Amino acid sequence: MKLKGKAWKFGPNIDTDAIIPARYLNVTDPEELAQHCMEDESPRFGREVKDGDMIVAETNFGCGSSREHAPIAIKAKGVSCVIAKSFARIFYRNAFNMGLPIVESDEAVDGIQGGHELDVDLDKGEIRNRPTGKTYKVSPIPAFMQEIIDDGGLMEHIARRRS
Amino acid sequence: MGMTITEKILADHAGRKEVSPGQLINAKVDIALGNDITAPIAIEQFKRAGAKRVFDKEKVVLVPDHFVPNKDIKSAEQCKILREFAREHGLTHYFEVGEMGIEHALLPEKGLVLPGDLVAGADSHTCTYGALGAFSAGVGSTDLAAAMVTGELWFKVPETIKLIYYGQLRTWVSGKDLILYTIGRIGVDGALYKAMEFVGETIDHLPMSGRFTMANMAIEAGAKNGIFHPDRMTEQYVKGRAKRDYHFYTSDANAHYSEILDFDVSKIEPQVAFPHLPSNTRGISEVEEVFIDQSVIGSCTNGRLDDLREAARVLKGHRISSNVRLIIIPATPMIFRKAMKEGLFDIFLDAGAVISPPTCGPCLGGYMGVLAKGERAISTTNRNFVGRMGHPESDVYLSNPAIAAASAVLGRIGGPEELGKRG
Repeated sequence: MKLKGKAWKFGPNIDTDAIIPARYLNVTDPEELAQHCMEDESPRFGREVKDGDMIVAETNFGCGSSREHAPIAIKAKGVSCVIAKSFARIFYRNAFNMGLPIVESDEAVDGIQGGHELDVDLDKGEIRNRPTGKTYKVSPIPAFMQEIIDDGGLMEHIARRRS
Repeated sequence: MGMTITEKILADHAGRKEVSPGQLINAKVDIALGNDITAPIAIEQFKRAGAKRVFDKEKVVLVPDHFVPNKDIKSAEQCKILREFAREHGLTHYFEVGEMGIEHALLPEKGLVLPGDLVAGADSHTCTYGALGAFSAGVGSTDLAAAMVTGELWFKVPETIKLIYYGQLRTWVSGKDLILYTIGRIGVDGALYKAMEFVGETIDHLPMSGRFTMANMAIEAGAKNGIFHPDRMTEQYVKGRAKRDYHFYTSDANAHYSEILDFDVSKIEPQVAFPHLPSNTRGISEVEEVFIDQSVIGSCTNGRLDDLREAARVLKGHRISSNVRLIIIPATPMIFRKAMKEGLFDIFLDAGAVISPPTCGPCLGGYMGVLAKGERAISTTNRNFVGRMGHPESDVYLSNPAIAAASAVLGRIGGPEELGKRG
């Protein structure tokens, strides 16, 4: 899968309350959740993010609660990919289960600034930063998780295994 | 090579003789848990997958506890989804308002989670059950749906960090202070993807309530699970509650640890985590003048009977500051009743506190104590992220129940000693 979009840069420990505040957890509709994505963290993101744009963050992205509403909101907002130095483990699982592409790379995060146009090739495991011309390798996805993605998500993966 | 308690539980549930860190396994779950925030999405996934029944109606547990009693129409709709699903599938363990308590206090109290279990819960504080010597981890809603259908879930075997605590606890220092201090030292991702194994002579003497509090906040260091070795105290807690067999696992002497840390607890004073990270900790003596508008005593972290007793010891004979709202939330109906019978409610009401039925409400800014712009709260809960308890420009400070109670009286963050309470 090939993705392209503009980078939105965030710091370390972006928690799930920042991604989708708990006051909106009385709904599950992706469109409604998307309206409040990153609302307290960056109001500008909410107003200006475009389909295909990417979130680029430091360490421990998605820490805190187990709410799947977080990757759902990000995906429904049109974000094509999250690049971070590391992810909190429940967010990591949820993103795969929801089909939200996430990649880990220290160098890419250090080399990318907000507004940079990026190309991400998930099959090759590469991030290209257009303004700087630099290419970064991302940590490979475990084969087992690639199977989940290839089947179209965890529930589809299970359905396939049970049939 | 020997195995840790976490590795042994995972190995047994995966039907393997041994496992090692990094290995991906499919493991059987003893309990699959959801609440009114996470289960609606899981139920939707369950239906979308065309599943007809849950793998075991005794082992799928649903607890509406976050926005319950329903705080608004939208929450009421979410809870209705749980209620109808529980009825349709004949779930044994669905807890309606009245029987409902905060899930991570309720499940151990009811004997639904036992030593040696493997628990997957769609709530990040599912790691609480590690206090019983169970492997217990938070997952998302889709993972919960998968576990509800198959009774299994994939896990990556985590590396384990061993945390050794020794020495005598100071007055007014409890499990909350040990875990806050630990998170302050290793950071909010200090145990990312890993198991935290809590051991040492201090831990051997730590009551179950303190162990629950510590395991509960393992997630705040990024851990997959926190775990304690079951012992006589565990046995005493479980005896009379368990309705099925359970197993005590122990780490081998030659088990491998990715890191070993030790803590002289005699040097640890009551801790306060400043906004906006649980790792932003200071000893109470280093806290300067921080005025507060609200104090919350409760939650899956500190809403147990021991916590309420500690708060009552501090509040007895005192009246809270006229600038502070003190909200006390016993975590389960049983805790509520015991606290009432022991006379704790008289102390709380005399002090000017309000007592709420069990709910997660204010911890995540849901209801029952939401903060306005610019307000500050001290709270015995587990997170102090931006906007956690309400307005994005409000502040949350985390502490143990004694500090939260004393602060309510003082009108600013302070300890029981300032009220002349010597413990």
